[in-house]
Amino acid sequence: MTSLRHWAVALALGSAAALSHADTTLLNVSYDVMRDFYKDYNPAFSKYYEAKFKDKVIIQQSHGGSSKQARSVIDGLEADVVTMNMATDIDAIVEKGKQINAGWDKKFPNEAAPFSSLQVLIVRKGNPKGIKDWADLTKPGIQVVVPNPKTSGNGRYTFLAAWGAALKQNGGNEAKAREFTQALFANVPVLDAGGRAATTTFMQRQIGDVLVTFENEAEMIAREFGRGNFEVIYPSVSIDADLPVAVVDKVVDKKGSRKAATEYLSYLWSPEGQEIAAQNYLRPRNAAVAAKYAKQFPAIKLFGVADFGGLKAAQKKFFDDGAIYDQIAADIAKKK
Amino acid sequence: MATTTRSLATTEAPWIRYTLTTLALALITLLLIVPLLSVFYEALHQGWQLYQDSLLESDALAAIKLTLIVAAISLPLNLVFGVAAAWAIAKFDFKGKSILITLIDLPFAVSPVVAGLIYVLLFGAHGWWGPWLAEHDIKIIFAVPGIVLATVFVTFPFVARELIPLMEAQGSEEEQAALVLGASGWQTFWHVTLPNIKWGLLYGVILANARAMGEFGAVSVVSGHIRGMTNTIPLHVEILYNEYNFVGAFACASILALLALATLAIKSYIEWRTEQQAAEDRKHATEE
Repeated sequence: MTSLRHWAVALALGSAAALSHADTTLLNVSYDVMRDFYKDYNPAFSKYYEAKFKDKVIIQQSHGGSSKQARSVIDGLEADVVTMNMATDIDAIVEKGKQINAGWDKKFPNEAAPFSSLQVLIVRKGNPKGIKDWADLTKPGIQVVVPNPKTSGNGRYTFLAAWGAALKQNGGNEAKAREFTQALFANVPVLDAGGRAATTTFMQRQIGDVLVTFENEAEMIAREFGRGNFEVIYPSVSIDADLPVAVVDKVVDKKGSRKAATEYLSYLWSPEGQEIAAQNYLRPRNAAVAAKYAKQFPAIKLFGVADFGGLKAAQKKFFDDGAIYDQIAADIAKKK
Repeated sequence: MATTTRSLATTEAPWIRYTLTTLALALITLLLIVPLLSVFYEALHQGWQLYQDSLLESDALAAIKLTLIVAAISLPLNLVFGVAAAWAIAKFDFKGKSILITLIDLPFAVSPVVAGLIYVLLFGAHGWWGPWLAEHDIKIIFAVPGIVLATVFVTFPFVARELIPLMEAQGSEEEQAALVLGASGWQTFWHVTLPNIKWGLLYGVILANARAMGEFGAVSVVSGHIRGMTNTIPLHVEILYNEYNFVGAFACASILALLALATLAIKSYIEWRTEQQAAEDRKHATEE
């Protein structure tokens, strides 16, 4: 019968809504490395929601590069909620697609980011190249694996982390920071499109001496490739990466799923949601949960995107076409 | 005698022949056989049980089902279109014929990604017909219809391209004879044209089917990648691979590889049948 229904539904325009006339269906459009967290979180939320509202909720997931996923939502992918790794991707939906109303970051606490991560350095077992901090990544002969800042939030955070670290070292000298960042990106042998692809390059294809990625991705590597195969190095200073979420207003109003969608995101801030986040190595906001898992989150000095005048300003200054990142990439290409 | 002369004229020194043969075999082994075997090795090296579980997992089943649905819708469409187009082009003369031929070839020339983007531009939320579709609650992009459209587009030329040379070679004498003897247009098609082209037709359908099930680029653009809903087998393979689920990824990939092998087997059989039929036709012709 299920297969019959499947056929019928597919032929009846394959609409997601049609599949679940009785139950509420939510589509969560998310970025690449969040699969594992939502695999744990979705069943927990369904259980909570059913107990509280006596109503079943089915959650569907779509994953891909953060900016690419935002693009799909703009083009009409009917997401009830988006869970991204950069506020600029949600802002793009606000501006270009108008499916999300402005002010989304005020609808939930912590500017709508239920947890955060930061950029860490992952090196080969025994740290054969003796990498300790950002400055080591600029040395000649070191190969650094980073996803492309043009296509991935992960890569943009790495760029900003390196730039910010260099600024701190050089008393705010921008020319020095640029030189530093250029030396780092000159050491990148492969620019993958997304964080997951960069991990595969480093761990599976064994390319490079150091991988720069999110702290929670490091935990994924440990689970998949074994803890003994690599080491996580915390640099002296890193960037605080807030991972924002938003309800897609236009879709939930049309589908009538606003209540469920809002509950789904609010539950991320509940002690249960925060605990699942901590188990997936996302830094929780809840003080009690943070204290419980303090051991796995070493305290290091962090600066935020606010130091760059916010993400929007940083996007314009560094990553728009023809901006600093493009200039650096052109300089590196010239020298080769 | 004739054969000896021909073989002498085309024969190179033995060492050249052996070197060339070895090179060709090495290349085939390296580029085709080893990768194909590695798919099955990766899929099976952790045991049959895990392989079976990977294929019976609900998202994988949904992907297989969707792939079959998409092929089941797009193949008949292309079959009808291909036969009609080939019939028109091979048996009739009309203005704009060369334009029609060029149009049929268009999907071969256009990159699949562009093919997908065309549909996003037409049916996407901000596309030409997007607002109207949204108003009437019709979903094309990021749903099954969009995937079918993209697949139909990329497999458009296969049947027609296979039939046009065949039908042109056969000429239209038999059809003309049928018409003179008083057959209607449909009768001519069913009893004269179709039996003549059936093997070529089957061949085109099989190639189109292989492409329909294996298409990645165009489908990836319009799919939306919703797990268990809008992922075809190739898209599901990519997702599993990115999740480090290598056994799952290669298990699904092995389904596609098996499909390719089956396609090749059927294709060889059909080629053999076509040749046999041609030989028989020649025999008849000489007897007459």
